[in-house]
Amino acid sequence: MNVMTADVPSEDRFAAMLRTERMPHIWCPGCGIGSVVTCFIDAVRRSGVDQDKLAVVSGIGCSGRVAGYVNFDSIHATHGRAIPVATGLKLANPELTVVVISGDGDLISIGGNHFVHAARRNMDLVVICINNFTYGMTGGQVTPTTPGSATASTTPYGNYEYPLTLPFLADACGASYVARWTSLHARNITQSVEEALTRRGFSFIEVITPCTTLYLRRNRLGDGVDALQYYQNNSEILHGIDTRETAIELQGKIAVGKFVDREKPTYLDAVTRCNAKVIGDDYQLYGKTEPEKKSAEAKKTEDQVTAGPVSGGHS
Amino acid sequence: MNIVHADPRGVDSGAHFMDGDHAIAEGALAAGCRFFAGYPITPSTETAERFAERAPEVGAMFIQMEDEIASIAALIGAAWGGQKAMTVTSGPGFSLMMENIGLAAMTETPIVLANVQRGGPSTGLPTLTAQQDMFQARFGSHGDYNIIALCPDSPQECFDLTVEAFNLAETYRTPVFIMTDETVGHMHEKVVIPPADHIKVVERNLFTGPKEDFRPYRFDSQGGHPMARAGAGYRFHITGLTHDERGYPVMTAAQNQVVVTHLIEKINGNAECIIRLEEDQVEGAEVLVISYGITSRIAVRAIAEARKKDIKVGALRLITVWPFCERRIRELAGQVRAMVVAEINYGQMVREVERCAAGRCRVISVNHCGGAVHDPAVITQAIEEACR
Repeated sequence: MNVMTADVPSEDRFAAMLRTERMPHIWCPGCGIGSVVTCFIDAVRRSGVDQDKLAVVSGIGCSGRVAGYVNFDSIHATHGRAIPVATGLKLANPELTVVVISGDGDLISIGGNHFVHAARRNMDLVVICINNFTYGMTGGQVTPTTPGSATASTTPYGNYEYPLTLPFLADACGASYVARWTSLHARNITQSVEEALTRRGFSFIEVITPCTTLYLRRNRLGDGVDALQYYQNNSEILHGIDTRETAIELQGKIAVGKFVDREKPTYLDAVTRCNAKVIGDDYQLYGKTEPEKKSAEAKKTEDQVTAGPVSGGHS
Repeated sequence: MNIVHADPRGVDSGAHFMDGDHAIAEGALAAGCRFFAGYPITPSTETAERFAERAPEVGAMFIQMEDEIASIAALIGAAWGGQKAMTVTSGPGFSLMMENIGLAAMTETPIVLANVQRGGPSTGLPTLTAQQDMFQARFGSHGDYNIIALCPDSPQECFDLTVEAFNLAETYRTPVFIMTDETVGHMHEKVVIPPADHIKVVERNLFTGPKEDFRPYRFDSQGGHPMARAGAGYRFHITGLTHDERGYPVMTAAQNQVVVTHLIEKINGNAECIIRLEEDQVEGAEVLVISYGITSRIAVRAIAEARKKDIKVGALRLITVWPFCERRIRELAGQVRAMVVAEINYGQMVREVERCAAGRCRVISVNHCGGAVHDPAVITQAIEEACR
């Protein structure tokens, strides 16, 4: 692991990776999304990934707006569909590093099925879930991650559902990298994102963030500073912990750290390996191996076949 | 617009005995499609199977996604990743795709979708034919937008129109639908795939100017504005939100007027270039039979029977269903006594015919709720009734 240095990037370095003409952004004072964006672009800078070869896809919601503020090829997709859009983008152009940044409602509720299957395929994506336990954009409704007994605008008497534990979900689905931090852990987020950007496969990073306007206020949990205080007092760095032990209760302990980091073939590795078995070693996705590379003899035989009255051989 | 010959790698030239579903896959490969994302659904699955089988040998990507929502979402990503992309589905999957058809229309993303129609509503008749999704194709996603839809009546046309669908998608930067049906999809006929140098393919119009000049959109009611491929350094932004020419959100009524007008008019304004019809003995006809897809082949028999009875019957086949051939229907409504519209639904395209005929001739709907093609005698009967 890299030791993080204190050279906080200058504003100019940030500016190159932000669409500054779109500022000010829409996020509330005390919101954690901006912190995650800062960590993300710092991680891109540190990773050495070419700014022009990185694409960001977001879904809908407060976190869904990230794609519009960062200066990369970017797609603001439909609600829940950031992962399949990113999947298409990555597979169409494998040289890209594709990052999905979106919220808990977007990625885990409406987009839950896509999350499950992208992790299962070990799709080459970096997925950053900004988890603020609520739907901020629509006014503070309950999400699949809202801790038990917290109130939300659609659970005014308290949440009575069981929340999902995202590191456990990602791990169970086959993600090859799983980490969690809070927005207090700026350097750790940066480090995890940098790691994710420079490795292959499905990398999942959950960042717990405060929604000051809705979640904190409705649950009388104070403001953004109080949230950071809570994170500081209750986060415990537990690298490699069993992801079943990472559930978060209302104002309870938060297990943070890198929980999973395993090597396994990515979706593209698997496709290439399988097709090379069928086609031969010169198989190349989107490559131009046929028909130019066919031997003169093969070409001759083919000419004889096609000179006949019928059949291209696939009917 | 850059027109080139098809890449020979994707073209399986020769005479084949092939069903419509397979012909769609071959048409896509001939048109340069190298990305397919789909989800199995009867009666369209054979297209996906064919593409999956052919993908490795042409270096194409095939992925079976977790559902139809993901499939069409992947197409949008793939298109902006630089590939020509397609999917195939049937009614229930088409319903699931509506959300991202809207995103493709809004972001002006060229994609091709084949709907091998089956009887509905809901799960309906999975293995039996219908033409019940014609209005859903045009109006199924929320908000105002426009699309192009083609309707093949044979496996040969499944091949030909799939190539054309990709060319139209690139020309107008729009989703294009191949609205076929179970009968054509599963019908085996001779399909002749021409040599690659006989197939014209419209290449993606990619921006090549300086980075600072790139705009992903131009709201000039034309379409075909150059795109950028992700990774080419243009750092595009696209969104489903109402946006300006940079792709940045603009939340005003005035901007929505600009965007929506452009989306609709880039297709309506070019309708005369897009629309393809097939006409038979229309001049001097008393009755005009209007149909599309498999129904137009049933109508041939019905029309022949009516002509034996000395009824002057003309035939109009909609090859392009959307945009609708408004001008031609208006013209013909002043020339014939009646129009007979046969289709395998409760009366969909007949509404367009009635709108354009505007009371200047009788319009008779010969509807059928799906599960089978018409009995030609029913159409003949309607032709006879139209003369009375």
